[in-house]
Amino acid sequence: MKTIPTLGEILQAQGVSRRGFMKYCAATASLLALPPAMVPRIAQALEQARRPSVIWLSFQECTGCTESLTRSSSPTLEGLIFDSISLDYHHTLQAASGDAAEAARHAAMQENMGKYLVLVDGSIPMANPGYSTIAGISNYDMLMETVEGAAAVVAIGSCAAFGGIPGANPNPTGAVSVSDLVKDKAVVNVPGCPPIPMVITAVLAQFLTFGQLPDLDVHGRPVAFFGQTIHDRCYRRPFYEQGKFAETFDDEGARKGWCLYKLGCKGPITYNACATVKWNAGTSFPIESGHPCLGCSEPGFWDKGGFYNPISTADIGSGAGLAGAAVAGVALGAAAATLSRKRQQKTIKEG
Amino acid sequence: MDLLDFARGPALQVAIYVFIAGSLWRILGVLLLQRKPDHSEARQSGGFRGALKVIWSRSFTAPAFAKQTKYPKILGYILHIGLFITVFFFVPHIVFIKGLFGIGWPGLPNNAIYFVGVVTVAVGIALLIRRMTHPVLRLISNFDDYFSWLVTMLPLITGLIMPIRFGVRYETLLAIHILSVALLLIWLPFSKLAHTYFVFISRGTTGALLERRGART
Repeated sequence: MKTIPTLGEILQAQGVSRRGFMKYCAATASLLALPPAMVPRIAQALEQARRPSVIWLSFQECTGCTESLTRSSSPTLEGLIFDSISLDYHHTLQAASGDAAEAARHAAMQENMGKYLVLVDGSIPMANPGYSTIAGISNYDMLMETVEGAAAVVAIGSCAAFGGIPGANPNPTGAVSVSDLVKDKAVVNVPGCPPIPMVITAVLAQFLTFGQLPDLDVHGRPVAFFGQTIHDRCYRRPFYEQGKFAETFDDEGARKGWCLYKLGCKGPITYNACATVKWNAGTSFPIESGHPCLGCSEPGFWDKGGFYNPISTADIGSGAGLAGAAVAGVALGAAAATLSRKRQQKTIKEG
Repeated sequence: MDLLDFARGPALQVAIYVFIAGSLWRILGVLLLQRKPDHSEARQSGGFRGALKVIWSRSFTAPAFAKQTKYPKILGYILHIGLFITVFFFVPHIVFIKGLFGIGWPGLPNNAIYFVGVVTVAVGIALLIRRMTHPVLRLISNFDDYFSWLVTMLPLITGLIMPIRFGVRYETLLAIHILSVALLLIWLPFSKLAHTYFVFISRGTTGALLERRGART
């Protein structure tokens, strides 16, 4: 009988040292805000975990989320662990296509009923089922059929979590998020455009370790990664407090690495771990490269005004509206004065 | 649309419209009133000069009252200057104004603004306590006075809470702060807070009149 290898055995076979594995467990514990005493438990659980079946559904998306994950500067340990899950269905990565691919999905669902994880990237078009189909199946039907026997659902990226760019105004496809449709299963949102690979793997690691999903914030995001704003953890924060700002992308302030608030940085209202976990194996994050945070892990970030408009700017409507208010004010003032004059004259006449 | 989008969008938009329409209504309503005919011969010419003179001179207490008005006068000055600094020298506010009118100026470091803000709130509370305990002031105070105080202090207090948070999300506090400003803009033209502009109109009118009559101002 074929035995399913544990993650520990797989990692050992791939040449991952015990030290490297423990470092990953410590980093994961730290990211999840767990005490150091939990590191051995994470290590033990991960080593003994059987490859969980994962079905990855891609709907209205750009494949950026998959790109983010697969290009997580291989070979990182989290990449290997991700390789070590049983990714039974993924359009971009799987070799099979057509009926064979759909058969793999059904087989994974039947063999792991109630235990498999569903990872979704992309939003679901509700205006017309024909807008996005896979093997002739609408995104909605595929999602609802697949999540039925799932242990949990993870919405990867801002499209799956909040509708993303397909859901941006005017939302021609009627795009909705996974949590708009899946109400009877736990849905974890891991937003970002794309999301940080380490965050995805840490959510999976927590599920494998404790058999439960992480604590979530009001938008269904793991608090461990989305509990603080970019602004709170930004290395440029002292410049914000000192009132030192880059005014343009090539001025002295920009060269000196001053705060990007005036260039539209959405860091103060964006909850994500970019400033701490960073990107490209901890190399940097967008602000470190001199670009303001776009707020890509927040709901509806495409429609929150221009990317380069500071967050303290407001939309007060058109000049016509202001002119209209002024005209109304002048008319009311003139009318009030006329009434008063009439009253005054009446009083004078009456003596 | 979340709370912040609502605050930054429709709420602020309506508040600014009401502020503009309300202010013009009040100002024109007063300026276009019929003046009482003054049949006396003008003792001095130069009503405009007299108006400017009184606008300036009324900023200082007459020596006869200097001692008894020292406390509220100093606190009043601190309150108004504090409000001016926090409103016009906090960088996000300057960015907001620049977004509306296209003009900006250098701001102060945040900590300086926080300090001025705290002092301003403390002075505001001291003035409120005085209003509530002073026998005469208490008698002549009405809802307008107390509500105007609240509406003025709310943007300051909500602004000062933002760097501390108290566990509330930043965007929620920012939305509440903007909504408090919207409330201030709506309330201002129709309350005693309209002294923001009437103070100059009334002083100027008095000054012009007194100048005509040859009074020493």
